[in-house]
Amino acid sequence: MSTEFMLIDNVPVEIAGEKNILAVIRKAGIELPTFCYYSELSVYGACRMCVVEDKWGDIHASCSTPPKAGMEIRTNTPRLRKYRKMILELFLSNHCRDCTTCEKNGKCKLQELAQRFGIKQVRFNNTSGEPDLDTSSLCIVRDRSKCILCGDCVRMCDEVQKVGAIDFAHRGSKMRVSPAFDEPIAKTNCVGCGQCAAVCPTGAIVVRDDTARLWHDISDRDAKVVVQIAPAVRVGIGKEFGLAEGENVMGRIVAALRRMGFDEVFDTSTGADLTVLEEAGEFLARLHKGEKLPLFTSCCPAWIQYAENNYPELMPNISTCRSPMQMFASVLKEHYRHSNRRVVVVAVMPCTAKKFEAARDEFREDGIPNVDYVITTQELVKMIRESGIVFSEVEPESVDMPFGAVSGAGVIFGVTGGVTEAVIRRLADDKSVSALRALAFTGVRGLKGVKEASIEYAGREVRIAIVSGLRNADNLIRQIKSGEKHYDFLEIMACPGGCIAGAGQPVTNEEGRKRRSAGLYDSDRMSSIKRSEENPVIMALYSGLLKGKVHNLLHVEYRRKA
Amino acid sequence: MKAAIDFGEMDAILTKYGHKANNIIPILQDTQAKYRYLPREAFSYLSEKLGISTAKIYSVATFYENFSLEPKGKYVIKVCDGTACHVRKSIPILERLRKELALSETKVTTDDLLFTVETVSCLGACGLAPVLTVNDKVYPAMTPDKTSELLAKLKEAN
Ligand code: SF4
Ligand code: SF4
Ligand code: SF4
Ligand code: FES
Ligand code: FES
Repeated sequence: MSTEFMLIDNVPVEIAGEKNILAVIRKAGIELPTFCYYSELSVYGACRMCVVEDKWGDIHASCSTPPKAGMEIRTNTPRLRKYRKMILELFLSNHCRDCTTCEKNGKCKLQELAQRFGIKQVRFNNTSGEPDLDTSSLCIVRDRSKCILCGDCVRMCDEVQKVGAIDFAHRGSKMRVSPAFDEPIAKTNCVGCGQCAAVCPTGAIVVRDDTARLWHDISDRDAKVVVQIAPAVRVGIGKEFGLAEGENVMGRIVAALRRMGFDEVFDTSTGADLTVLEEAGEFLARLHKGEKLPLFTSCCPAWIQYAENNYPELMPNISTCRSPMQMFASVLKEHYRHSNRRVVVVAVMPCTAKKFEAARDEFREDGIPNVDYVITTQELVKMIRESGIVFSEVEPESVDMPFGAVSGAGVIFGVTGGVTEAVIRRLADDKSVSALRALAFTGVRGLKGVKEASIEYAGREVRIAIVSGLRNADNLIRQIKSGEKHYDFLEIMACPGGCIAGAGQPVTNEEGRKRRSAGLYDSDRMSSIKRSEENPVIMALYSGLLKGKVHNLLHVEYRRKA
Repeated sequence: MKAAIDFGEMDAILTKYGHKANNIIPILQDTQAKYRYLPREAFSYLSEKLGISTAKIYSVATFYENFSLEPKGKYVIKVCDGTACHVRKSIPILERLRKELALSETKVTTDDLLFTVETVSCLGACGLAPVLTVNDKVYPAMTPDKTSELLAKLKEAN
């Protein structure tokens, strides 16, 4: 087939199966502005920022116009510039414009485009309303007065997560994004994944900020503040400080946290190593007995909530393992049980749903949560900035003893397929390095939303599925229920791509997700301990602190909320 | 106060429309015809049966003005306040109704769920102004006194 071309601003550009002109234009290196377009969501075509002109002077929304061979498109004419400015002014005319005090300051698309298109004044009357906050959720905060009705959150929540907690309500000038009956978001089936906040172009949905309270505890002399850092954080933060996207900067994070005043710094991968051993053991037991299969993973709290809401009958199939964060937190609280200071456990997570997980009743002892604070990678960025630390110049340091060692298996937990690969390593009969390497090619790696793999174990075939995105998970569960599919083990993560693309991470794109994933696999490749059971810290825990307490400290039975 | 819904009736409606989510509008219309409004319980029931979120159904229900999320009275009285009716004194009619039924602009339905009083703009019967309708039956050339008589008759019928 001959190659097809179209002209974009007089430059011929190849059409290679793109669904819309916008994608072709961006491929040609032109950063066309958009509010309502995300390649992974359906096309909505409402904001009209992406307009282009054809050779007859007709205006089209490029996001919803398919490319055709021979098309001649202009992206930057006086008319288009005028048009875009007017749209921006219209948006700004009912917007509060209090950028300095907005959570999204510096990361807001509306702000960025207003600056890019040189909006110096708004010709329309300001009709913006008072802040209209919904602070009911532990994970996200909504301010409806900042909403530009692009619908990105609505489509994300429905199309990718199949939760549908929010939608457009009312019409005309009263239109707004809202849960059913205008209820607070915490009263809905929202699972706290935060993906709506990740796509919201403005400050209308943001990640909840818990740093103010935390600063307070850090400076309290009577408090011993210990912190654990999740695997995905180390590859998600560097770019914010001018380092390469996906670069593993764990050592710098450790150093920065110490300077900020944290007393002890640990790695959640230690918790992940515990999870691997516990989950592999549980899986083997179920496999031998042939009961409660397939086994679903339990690391992702958004998935747990989704299952509780939609498939309560599947709860017995979900692993009883606490998530790595919670396992490690109970170990830490146990370890410091006799400390003469109040022990505060902080978790730095790529995830907004972890804030909810930490607050669950199941993870409290005498009312006090095992994890006192969950702060997201985004919040950590803010704390580092606030403390004035020049991150790119910090000398890397290593985590504290006695939990100073982690395995590569624990580190790859942060990417979709990582949990599975770590568990398979534990199960594999052949533990040679080459055999481990071969595992990487069984289909468990890669950022696809649904992956399937199968391995031989004790003479039988073990069928595995790895899913990210709750709609993908839901589809698979339906297929399992209808008997169309059979699996023994399912890894489920709510966020597409896994925790590296969690909503608590700085927002990234497809390319960024690839780099973060590569960053984690690189660290695994470089680590001398590959498998969780080889981690001396873990072995010491089993023969010491965990003796007789494995069930109490590392497992959980979720009690469904009324 | 809100009547719980009858799942059997809801199922009948769903069957009539083939359990199809894209029939949500007629499904809501039939539901409203049954209950004179859209009860909350209907949202969760329909959401489960049709596989669409309650937020989406709420979105449809709030988009069209004909749907009501509040229970309505047995008699829904709509007083026209279009230009023609307004000029020919529709407001005193409305005021009389509200006074006799102890209703207001914000409280539109009586506690015994007998009457709902609303305004509409132009019913398309300007020649008969001022006009009001009771459950879509048109009453032309109304006056406050004639309205009181009508109310009395309706009350008596119950
Ligand atoms: S946090 Fe997740 S589930 Fe909740 S509204 Fe946002 S996208 Fe939907
Ligand atoms: S809340 Fe944000 S993402 Fe959702 S419609 Fe409003 S501006 Fe768009
Ligand atoms: S996939 Fe990871 S980041 Fe996303 S909700 Fe689940 S645990 Fe959190
Ligand atoms: S991006 Fe094309 S209309 Fe919004
Ligand atoms: S104004 Fe009342 S019917 Fe037209």
